[in-house]
Amino acid sequence: MITLTDIGYAYPDAEHFALEKVDLHVEHGEILGVVGASGAGKTTLAKIIAGFIPHVDGGELTGTVVVDGADVAELSLSDAVSKVGLVIQNPFNQISGAKYTVRDEIAFGLENLGVPREEMVERVAAAADLLRISHLMDSSPYALSGGQQQLVAIASMVVLRTPVLVMDEPTSQLDPAGTRMVFDVLSALRDAGSTIVVLEHKVELLREHCDRVAVIAGETIVAVGEPREILADERMPEWGIGATRFTEAARAAAGRGVVAGGGTLPVSLDEAVAFFQEDVPA
Amino acid sequence: MSGVDLRFDDVHFAYPSGTQALRGVSLAIGAGERVAIVGQNGAGKTTLVRHLNRIFVPTSGTVTVGDRSTAGSTIAEMAALVGYVFQNPDEQIFARTVISDVMFGPKNLGCDEAESRDRALAALTTVGLAEHADAHPHQLSLSERKRVALAGVLAMRTPVLVLDEPTTGQDARGVEMISRVVAEVSAEGRTVVAITHDMDFCAEQFERVVVMTQGEVRADAAPEEVFAQREVIDAARVEPPQLMRLAAQLGWGSRPRTVDAFVDAAAGERAR
Repeated sequence: MITLTDIGYAYPDAEHFALEKVDLHVEHGEILGVVGASGAGKTTLAKIIAGFIPHVDGGELTGTVVVDGADVAELSLSDAVSKVGLVIQNPFNQISGAKYTVRDEIAFGLENLGVPREEMVERVAAAADLLRISHLMDSSPYALSGGQQQLVAIASMVVLRTPVLVMDEPTSQLDPAGTRMVFDVLSALRDAGSTIVVLEHKVELLREHCDRVAVIAGETIVAVGEPREILADERMPEWGIGATRFTEAARAAAGRGVVAGGGTLPVSLDEAVAFFQEDVPA
Repeated sequence: MSGVDLRFDDVHFAYPSGTQALRGVSLAIGAGERVAIVGQNGAGKTTLVRHLNRIFVPTSGTVTVGDRSTAGSTIAEMAALVGYVFQNPDEQIFARTVISDVMFGPKNLGCDEAESRDRALAALTTVGLAEHADAHPHQLSLSERKRVALAGVLAMRTPVLVLDEPTTGQDARGVEMISRVVAEVSAEGRTVVAITHDMDFCAEQFERVVVMTQGEVRADAAPEEVFAQREVIDAARVEPPQLMRLAAQLGWGSRPRTVDAFVDAAAGERAR
C-alpha cells in the first residue's frame, strides 16, 4: 500500500538531511508503529507519506513514494490528501479555526471534497460516535480540553475515509482510557481494511496493537520487524526510545540474578506476567 | 529559594459559556511538596492550576498562594510566585529567538540584562537546549519547544512550579530530563504541581496524587494508595502505572513505584 524507495530529504535551507536512504514497505491493512527519539525524523516521514513533503514544505526530496499505486510526487496535493489522512502532532494546530462547532469542524474536510449533505451528516455522526465525542457536537472546538480537541482532530481525519491514515502522536493529550480507546479505534479501522502508520512514544500500546514496528535513528530506518522483538531490543536506549517498565524490570531482575532471564524480554503486561510467573513463584 | 503553601477553599469556577469546570475544590498543598494531578480529559485539571497564577479567579471560594489571596493580587504579583508551564508551548512562546523568549520572564521580574541572560542560559542548559539559544523557536521540534517553555519558567526561579502535561511528546531522554528538573526543583524546597497522564512518571516522581473527576477532587493520597482504589481509577479514566499493574497481576501485596522497588519485591517473593 505504501512503498518508499531510497528516500532522502532536506528541509529548505537546511544543511543536513532530515532523512536519508529510507526504504520502507507497508502492507495493505496493517498497522505499522514508528518509534524514534525526538528529532530522529518521524514527523518528516509522516509528512512524506502524506505528500505534505514536498507539496507544502518544499525542500529537496529524492527517491520515490508510492501510495495506493500512485507516485505521490506526481499527484496534486488534493489527490494526495484523498489517499492519506494525516493527523498532525499538535492537535491545537489541526483545528481549522474556521468553524464554531465540533460538528462543523469534523465536516470541514468533507465540505471541501464536495460530499453531498446527507452523506456528510451520516459520516460526521459515525466518526464522532467512533471517537465517542457525540456529546460535544454543539460545543466550540476551542471550549474543549486538550484531550477532547485531539479526539476532534482525529475524527476530522477518520471521517475522510482515506485508504491510508498517518497519525503523528495521536494520543499525546489523552488520558489513559482515551489512549486505549484510540488504539482500539485504529485496530478496528485496520480490521475494516485501512492501512495505518502510527508514530508514538507509548511502547506498551504499540506492542498490543501494531503488526510491525519500525525504528528511526540517525536519520534513517535502522530496524523493522515483529513488535516484541524490536521493542525489547537492548539497543532501545541507544536509539533514544524508552522501553516499557515491564522490559526494564525484567532486564533489571535478570541483571541482579533475581530471575534467570534469557530469551526475548517481555514488552506487554501479559508477557511480563508470564516471564515473572515462570521465574518467581508467588 | 523555598516553596510556599497553596490552598484552594471550596473553589467553584464556571466559564463564560456556562460550563461548570470546578465544583467545590478544597485542597491544601504544603511548601516543598511534589503533587501530581491526574484525571480524565475535561475533568478540570488545567482550569484548577490556572487559578494559581490568577489566569482565572474563582467564581466562588478562595485560592491562596503563600499568604496572598489570588483574587486580591495582580497577575504580575502572582507570576513572581507561581511559574506555570503551558500544556501547549505555542501558547507561551512568542519571541524570535529562544534566548530572548527565556529571558522575558526574569526581565519582567526586574532582573537586568546580564542577570536575565545568565538565568536563561542556566535554564536552557538544564533542559538540554543551550546550543539552540539563538535559534528561532519555530525551527525547533514540538518537544523542544515544550522544553523552551519550561526553561522560560525555570529562569524565573519562582517558589512554585506548575507543569501542565510536561512529558507529552517527549522521548526517553526528554522524560528523564523533566524528571531530573522535578527532583532538583523539589530538592531546593520549592513546591511542584504537575498535571500528567503519564502514570509511570507520576508514580516515580510524585509523593502525592490528586485525582480529579468532573470538577471535583475524587482522591488525594500517596501513589500506592490512590492506585489501589479501583473504583476511583476507573471513574477518572486513568490506570495504575505499569509496575503496579504487573505486581497486582502476579498477586503480590506490594505496589512498587520504581523498577528498583519492583526487583526488590521480586527478590522478596522468591525468598518466600
